Amino acid sequence: MSPTADPRLVVHPAPFLHPEVSTPRIMGDVLIALAPATAAGIWFFGLSALLVVLAATAACVATEWALAGRAQLRDLSAVVTGVLVGLILPPSLPLWMAALGGFVAIALGKVAWGGLGNNLFNPALVGRAFLQAAFPIALTTWVPPQGPLALYNGNLALPFLHGVPDAVTAATPLGQMKFLAASTPFADLFWGNISGSIGETSAAAILLGGLYLLFRRAFDWRLPAGMLGAAALLAEIIHQVHPEKYPGALFTLLSGGLLLGAVFMASDPVTSPISPRGAWIFAAGAGVLVVLIRFWGGLPEGVMYAILLMNSASPLIDRALQPRRFGSRPVKETR
Amino acid sequence: MSHGRSFRHGIHPAEHKEATVGLATERMPFVERYVLPLSQHAGAPSRPLVEVGARVRRGQAIAEAVGFISTALHASVDGQVVAIAPRSHPSGKLVPAIEIVADPYSPQRLPEGAALDAFALSHESFVTELQLAGLVGLGGAAFPTHVKYKVPEGRRIERLLVNGCECEPFLTSDHRMMLERTADVVRGAEIAAHHLGAGEIVFGVEENKPDAIEALKLAVAGRSAMRVVGLAVKYPQGAEKMLIRAVWGEEVPSGKLPLDLGIVVNNVATMAAIADWFDRRQPLVERLVTVAGPGVRRPANLLVPLGTPVRAVLEHCGGLDEATREVILGGPMMGTPLASLDVPIVKGTSGLLAFTDAEARLPSEFTCIKCGRCVEACPQFLNPSRLGRLARAGRYEEMVGYHATDCVECGSCSFACPSGIPIVQLIRVAKGALRERAAAAPPSALSSPTSETKK
Repeated sequence: MSPTADPRLVVHPAPFLHPEVSTPRIMGDVLIALAPATAAGIWFFGLSALLVVLAATAACVATEWALAGRAQLRDLSAVVTGVLVGLILPPSLPLWMAALGGFVAIALGKVAWGGLGNNLFNPALVGRAFLQAAFPIALTTWVPPQGPLALYNGNLALPFLHGVPDAVTAATPLGQMKFLAASTPFADLFWGNISGSIGETSAAAILLGGLYLLFRRAFDWRLPAGMLGAAALLAEIIHQVHPEKYPGALFTLLSGGLLLGAVFMASDPVTSPISPRGAWIFAAGAGVLVVLIRFWGGLPEGVMYAILLMNSASPLIDRALQPRRFGSRPVKETR
Repeated sequence: MSHGRSFRHGIHPAEHKEATVGLATERMPFVERYVLPLSQHAGAPSRPLVEVGARVRRGQAIAEAVGFISTALHASVDGQVVAIAPRSHPSGKLVPAIEIVADPYSPQRLPEGAALDAFALSHESFVTELQLAGLVGLGGAAFPTHVKYKVPEGRRIERLLVNGCECEPFLTSDHRMMLERTADVVRGAEIAAHHLGAGEIVFGVEENKPDAIEALKLAVAGRSAMRVVGLAVKYPQGAEKMLIRAVWGEEVPSGKLPLDLGIVVNNVATMAAIADWFDRRQPLVERLVTVAGPGVRRPANLLVPLGTPVRAVLEHCGGLDEATREVILGGPMMGTPLASLDVPIVKGTSGLLAFTDAEARLPSEFTCIKCGRCVEACPQFLNPSRLGRLARAGRYEEMVGYHATDCVECGSCSFACPSGIPIVQLIRVAKGALRERAAAAPPSALSSPTSETKK
């Protein structure tokens, strides 16, 4: 090109420098962070865990494609939702139920609200809440960890027919605590040799994922930190008053879905407040609710309802706690 | 002397200053034709003092201020006025301009006059002198300098803040100015502070210019009223309100001006221009421009006569790379894109940047996931995510409640957004529409927002 010839100039408004981080990269980071928890689930619950996660994920992606269009898949959020749905289900769940949960998560949890960014509730938890209401027994049937080659009979049940029930069932550590007043060794809670949902079994794997997200700045650390902190603090206070009846901070943190929920679901940016102060309130509220439901509610576990309840309060918190605009502080008299 | 002071929030874009930071200023050669728009400043256009056919000398006033918020304009070359007619302005509009064909035989010297003792002038004559010099803020906004120096009745200015941040990536012209004309920058500040009655003079410079900080410190040594403050490298450190916050920890109240805190902020180049006028009687006829960006073959810091066509400047810098897709005036965060290279360098042009496909391509857009990166970037502590959503939905009135009018349009939100949402652009459009509605509506309608939403 000679120097005087005009290039075909593009005109678009400032700024001309573009972000280094993209939304698909953030979602990709979440998927990477979910890998250890998923791997731990497969290690302890075998092929069943893999099949449940795959069924839920396939259903989420298919639903997103059908209802929101192929272009919407680019942001990877449907895959994230699918994996999360799978990870919060029992490993022996009939696969068709896992797929139904994935469908509900996307269709009712997201698309019905106007798509990603508009939903009030965390889509994965919507899917889980639906299944819990529709199939209460299947959703609370737990099996003991049987190693990486395990395949539980429950997975293969056909829709609306009774499958072959698993010969051995097991109570979760929370269930044992609540209904049998029996405790579980902390090493098992930490490494994951316990029954429960696929992704919540290993605290170590979840923490590894959380550290990755922290390192990549892919989530607002205040959300998991606030939720875990509030739950631990409240549980410990109650434990100090009634040590024989209520478990302390460590058991509260390591058991059930608290870690998984705090790191991967309370931290969902869409359904949590955007301002830092709002994030603290949201997280603390969720943490307190978890303990209240676990200690005094009818259910052994309360993470799902705690987060869903705080989801519903999120817009209100955001409205009440807009960032303080610059220059709204009274001027100090300097001279 | 303190280190690393700053404001809260903001962003850290790559600096891209390495291509030109070490390049000493060179003079742009004179070309054949110059176009001097009568609007190169904020405020009313200047009124021509010459007619078509007139011979003019470099430095001669060719247009005068119309009213107070307006300023003078001077011929940047010896030559002949060939037209006074609408010409393309960098803003994209056609605006009245004086076109001069340069005298090819003239040596193009800028006459130097006997110094005028600025300290002997009354405040009123000082303000008039600044207007006669055609001085505007050279940081980019081009606000007439004399207006800032006209201190309203009953107000006192205690502090002068000289802005040497240059927080826009790519630009190094202010940096070169501080290095090469240190004495004039300090001299201009001394004159300015005298007439403002300011007892404290602070030079605020980002710490990525340690040589400029050293040079200024050396120049102010022994002057108790002056000090140099090193500031953290962060965008938009050079925005007036952020700069004041960084230096003194004070926030200019929403809707108020630095003046309300007894502060005047001016760019370093403006200070040197004040020294030019009083010490050498040389008006504003040329300015320092950084020519850079991946599309420029030979980046440079150029002293360019006002009115020089952008095309000529780019040719002098080796022409554009074939991959060039976008040419902008100013910095990459707040600059103006050009639709044509046939526009002149004006008083507010701090940079001339050419970008290739990589920069000109818009980021792919995704839905807002409310990640909050924009909230943590916004130096005005707004909620850009919310403002962007409201703007896109056309709910402009609601944006007022979210303080859209406090937005300084620095672009930090758009830069931070992982979903590639053009947030600041949306807010800018909304603010424009709100201004138009406010201008069109009778005053009573403004006080009752319901009348607007019910229509």
